[in-house]
Amino acid sequence: MTRYNPLPFQPCDENGPVFDEPWHAQAFALAVHLSESGVFSWREWTEAITKEIMNAGDLEQANVENTYYKHWVYALEKIIKQKNIISNKELKIKLEEWRMAYLNTPHGNPVTL
Amino acid sequence: MAELENMHDNEIKKSHLPSDLDLRVKTLETLLTEKGLIDPETLDALVDTYENKIGPRNGAKVVARAWVDETFKLLIKENCSKVIKEEFGFKGRQGEHIIAVENTPKIHNVVVCTLCSCYPWTVLGLPPTWYKSAPYRARIVQEPRSVLAEFGTIIPKEKEIRVWDSTSELRYLVIPQRPLGTDDWTEDKLASLVSRNAMIGVSLAEEPPL
Repeated sequence: MTRYNPLPFQPCDENGPVFDEPWHAQAFALAVHLSESGVFSWREWTEAITKEIMNAGDLEQANVENTYYKHWVYALEKIIKQKNIISNKELKIKLEEWRMAYLNTPHGNPVTL
Repeated sequence: MAELENMHDNEIKKSHLPSDLDLRVKTLETLLTEKGLIDPETLDALVDTYENKIGPRNGAKVVARAWVDETFKLLIKENCSKVIKEEFGFKGRQGEHIIAVENTPKIHNVVVCTLCSCYPWTVLGLPPTWYKSAPYRARIVQEPRSVLAEFGTIIPKEKEIRVWDSTSELRYLVIPQRPLGTDDWTEDKLASLVSRNAMIGVSLAEEPPL
């Protein structure tokens, strides 16, 4: 993993990518995992994330962690839908399940689906 | 008896809802796991590989300073996030406060987030997998002494254990007790004795080598 080469705009220091919030690292790890298991190639992923950033247009903000990983999540959703792995409907339903799970779980109980 | 320092009320409970993007990442992870395309353990291992990018070393520096500087310690017990921003340049997300809780001969502190996995990641990096697990979150409140023993941390019966429940607004950093025999140590050297687990409160500071 130390061989990891940062992608364009990716927030990094001399040792590799840096994250500002846990979900940034989780989103990052999801893409790495999916490419390592062959769901898509790293090259495909590089193209997908670069396209997402270019289409969003705001290049001055693109290398700020929160903005960068927002593009990352959107690109991940798109590539997974394009490959017919998960449908838009499935994404929407599951997202709502998570949201409701957080809202309905009484304090002191773990949030699960 | 353990005492749960419950800082939640209805208003705070609602703010526990993670951001939309955070939820979308959880959604992707759940669906991809259900479809057998990712293995949660491999994913956690990947996150762990990169987690030292935020790293618990920030927190260790704060604890070492508190051990040598009584005034600094008092200040971080009041408002840790403000002081560490000024002194070390560690910045949290807006509106998130950290306070430090100090272990003493009579009190041992341990931190949990029973509702989700709020964590002072500006000082401790990303939370370890067990911190996010349902068993830790439930059991540390009900039976803290047994859970700590499983981490190899035996707290004497006469010592009170305080369990601090994090919220999205308020997070805790445990200041472990300074080990004996470190009187002439520098801050840098002291910081090497402070592990991430000690700052969550599931371990003690390491003893200096003989």
